[in-house]
Amino acid sequence: MSGTHGTTTTSGPRVGPTPPERTEATGSSNSRPEAIAAVTAVVRSMLPEDSMITDHAQLRTYECDGLAHYRVVPALVVLPETTEQLAAVVGACARERVPFVARGSGTGLSGGALPRADGVLVVTSRMRTVRQVRWRDQRAVVQPGVINLEVTRAAGPYGYYYAPDPSSQQICSIGGNVAENSGGAHCLKYGFTTNHVLGVELVTPSGEVVEIGGLAPDAPGYDLLGTLVGSEGTLGVATEVTVRLVRAPEEVRTVLAGFASTDEAGAATSAIIAAGVLPAAIEMMDALAIEAAEAAVHCNYPAGAGAVLLVELDGPATEVAHEFEAVDRHCRAHGAFEVRTATDAVERALVWKGRKSAFAAVGRISPDYIVQDGVIPRTALPKVLRAIAELSARSGVRVANVFHAGDGNLHPLVLFDESVPGQGEEAEKVSGAILDLCIEAGGSITGEHGVGIDKSAYMPRMFGDDDLDTMQMVRCAFDPGNISNPGKIFPTPRLCGEVPGKHKGAHPLAEAGVAEVF
Amino acid sequence: MAAVVSSAPSAAAVSAVRDTGTTVRGANDDDGVHGVLPALVAYPTSTEETSQVLRAAAAHALAVVPRGCGTKLTWGQPPSRVDLVVDLSRMDRVIDHAPGDLVVVTQAGTRLASLQQTVAGAGQRLAVDEMVPGASVGGTVAASTSGPQRVLAGTVRDLLIGVTMVRADGVVAKAGGRVVKNVAGYDLGKLITGSFGTLGVITEAVFRLHPLPAARRFVAVAVHDQNQAHEAVQSIVHGQVVPSAVELDWPAEGPGTVTVLLEGTAGGVAARTESTLAVLDRFAPEAGEQPPARWSTYPWTGGQIALKLTFALTGLPTVLAELRTLALQKSVPVTVRGSAGAGVLYGALPDGTDPATVVHVVQRLRLVCRSYGGAVVVVDAPTAVKEAIDLWGPIAAIDLMRRVKDQFDPQHRLSPGRFVGGI
Repeated sequence: MSGTHGTTTTSGPRVGPTPPERTEATGSSNSRPEAIAAVTAVVRSMLPEDSMITDHAQLRTYECDGLAHYRVVPALVVLPETTEQLAAVVGACARERVPFVARGSGTGLSGGALPRADGVLVVTSRMRTVRQVRWRDQRAVVQPGVINLEVTRAAGPYGYYYAPDPSSQQICSIGGNVAENSGGAHCLKYGFTTNHVLGVELVTPSGEVVEIGGLAPDAPGYDLLGTLVGSEGTLGVATEVTVRLVRAPEEVRTVLAGFASTDEAGAATSAIIAAGVLPAAIEMMDALAIEAAEAAVHCNYPAGAGAVLLVELDGPATEVAHEFEAVDRHCRAHGAFEVRTATDAVERALVWKGRKSAFAAVGRISPDYIVQDGVIPRTALPKVLRAIAELSARSGVRVANVFHAGDGNLHPLVLFDESVPGQGEEAEKVSGAILDLCIEAGGSITGEHGVGIDKSAYMPRMFGDDDLDTMQMVRCAFDPGNISNPGKIFPTPRLCGEVPGKHKGAHPLAEAGVAEVF
Repeated sequence: MAAVVSSAPSAAAVSAVRDTGTTVRGANDDDGVHGVLPALVAYPTSTEETSQVLRAAAAHALAVVPRGCGTKLTWGQPPSRVDLVVDLSRMDRVIDHAPGDLVVVTQAGTRLASLQQTVAGAGQRLAVDEMVPGASVGGTVAASTSGPQRVLAGTVRDLLIGVTMVRADGVVAKAGGRVVKNVAGYDLGKLITGSFGTLGVITEAVFRLHPLPAARRFVAVAVHDQNQAHEAVQSIVHGQVVPSAVELDWPAEGPGTVTVLLEGTAGGVAARTESTLAVLDRFAPEAGEQPPARWSTYPWTGGQIALKLTFALTGLPTVLAELRTLALQKSVPVTVRGSAGAGVLYGALPDGTDPATVVHVVQRLRLVCRSYGGAVVVVDAPTAVKEAIDLWGPIAAIDLMRRVKDQFDPQHRLSPGRFVGGI
């Protein structure tokens, strides 16, 4: 499958003006050095020596995630190798009321793993064991630092794969995917991380280890799992994840169609869906995005196309053959002037190359860019794309559109040059206005990148105070002390009332004979 | 069963609920929730009215049980008390069906069947089986019922993309939206799915829809023991025919039946049917256009003991063998039906099975299911049985669940006592 859904690593997007580094959301360094020292002592006593980073220069390598624009140097970085170690670190943070942020591979695009200057960054990159591939059960059990594509590689020999395929799948971790409820090009048909996670072992923000869900579906009680997946690290840290494996399809066929405009490509998309065909993916690129991709990877898309549509069909060979006929017919009926088909892995990789490289390729035509992640109802595509074009024309800010057309998940790339005064601010304005267009159309501010720190200010545009307050009741249940990735998702923290002060069990230092309790 | 009456609410409380302007009437014997009689029944017609009713209830500390069409009120434990039933049957409107977006927005009291009729007009369906005839959308979400289609389409949690709920304090909260792809904020829709009315009153729901398939075909085989059943199921789920459903009928004695549902384009389904017949050749398979009898139904009837068994797929033969062993040793015939292709089976024990025997059977089955990462839930049973056993069995994350309940309903007034751990 990896050849089918091949990927290219994208460089992180950058934006213009520097935001305040020490806000409510990021904390300030040296605010409580004695608390950090206490956590450091616990780590030193319980974890191997090389599990901790305190040197400032080394700490700086963790100052940002895939959204490199926001940078905060954490007070301490810890790299646990086991659940017990990770729980000990979190438990120490809970006792000392030190905030912590979990980080997988650091590829997130919303600043969800942005460290706290007054906190601990818990990095899961040493928890990289695929524990079980139970293909007969259609499950795999993995540690959180396992790379997404590794799961597919491990399952591949048995004819299985792991379906969620964010474009960073060569480097992003399963733990990060769980935190962000990652999607990918193929979630149109196969769903998101939340549809593929059956269980997690969770270290709660108080440092306890709890099993939620498991190998079987429908675990009794509240669906805590459904709330955990996509909670962006604010409800604890997953230390083991049970995922669904999906049977690799018998056949995969990828169609590349060239259109004069995005309107026509959008109409073809609607016609395909209306015909009852559910492709694995429907991706669209507009003229500017095609130009960038051609410049970068010479993907040789249909010459002169104002838009290309990339439709991937998979499943039983006969079903794919019938669906292909429908896709081909609807593309041509809506003005496709060229339709190509890729059937083998090499051809498919070529077709996908332009699409997968699009974000990075934009760097060829613009020194800086902002990538947005808004979602709109599919039928609003033509209207919203026109509005974005008008916005672009009015402001003089160029916008390249690369997106998951099947599910209305836009990834507008707002281009600018940081070295030209004022361009950064203008680009941010256009970027915000695009999110407003998405909300007005009945959509969402984020389809797969998460809210993180980047879009928390937009949450009130989509949800009312009562909605946000209700979501935070869940947070208060899991993390009354507000120490698990605080400052992300929600613009205003909810007060949780009484914070339980109980200390469960013996202090680990006391237990280890390192310290005594007086 | 003898009706239990909660202590009557004060006159001030009754008039506060009546003053909301919502239709309210005094309860009668038919309004009992699993034998516990409320004083009042309110019939809100909108989320706003529901909110007013719940605010009044909150002001007077009334215990509230939401009710859709009342088809599953006996599931779980009886509530510890009920003052007010909030009946959502007058919120039965499909608010918006956007065929081009494959999305439907509906009020919670809408019957699932009527919603299906609406969206079928555009060649679409909500891929949720109507397991309990006459069920409402809200009740289906609150009880998270699922049937054969879960193998390919998932369950309610996978299809619900937006929800509006009224909290215990009357505050209206929304989560999700009306687009399928959306990661903004916590997914409260999943939290409230299967929460049995203990976290809030669901008033509106948004679902993703699927196209109605152009063709469907059923392929059925008889299986004579647990190993044959397992072989048949494994050969299909690891094959390439992409079934929509893989069901097992496993009567208390005699051969069982594995039925595979194929859906898609006419040509595709024809070819996949041939492939399926070939894969199952040694079981003498038969293909047909119509679903077999009892398709998309639970195996129990009223008064029987209803079980739900979950396990990893490879647990199937062990679970089935244990059922037959129990039948021999304890003379308890358990009729089983369900989605063997998803590791979910439902079982029915006969009326009048002695509670101690039920406890024994459930404990034995729990041992087996737990060894395959699953659980056994007693979905419904006579009171004597419910008093004798923990319906859900041990739950590792019960403390977190209690804390969630405490946040959403600190006074424990919403369906108190109906759910896990006395929640």
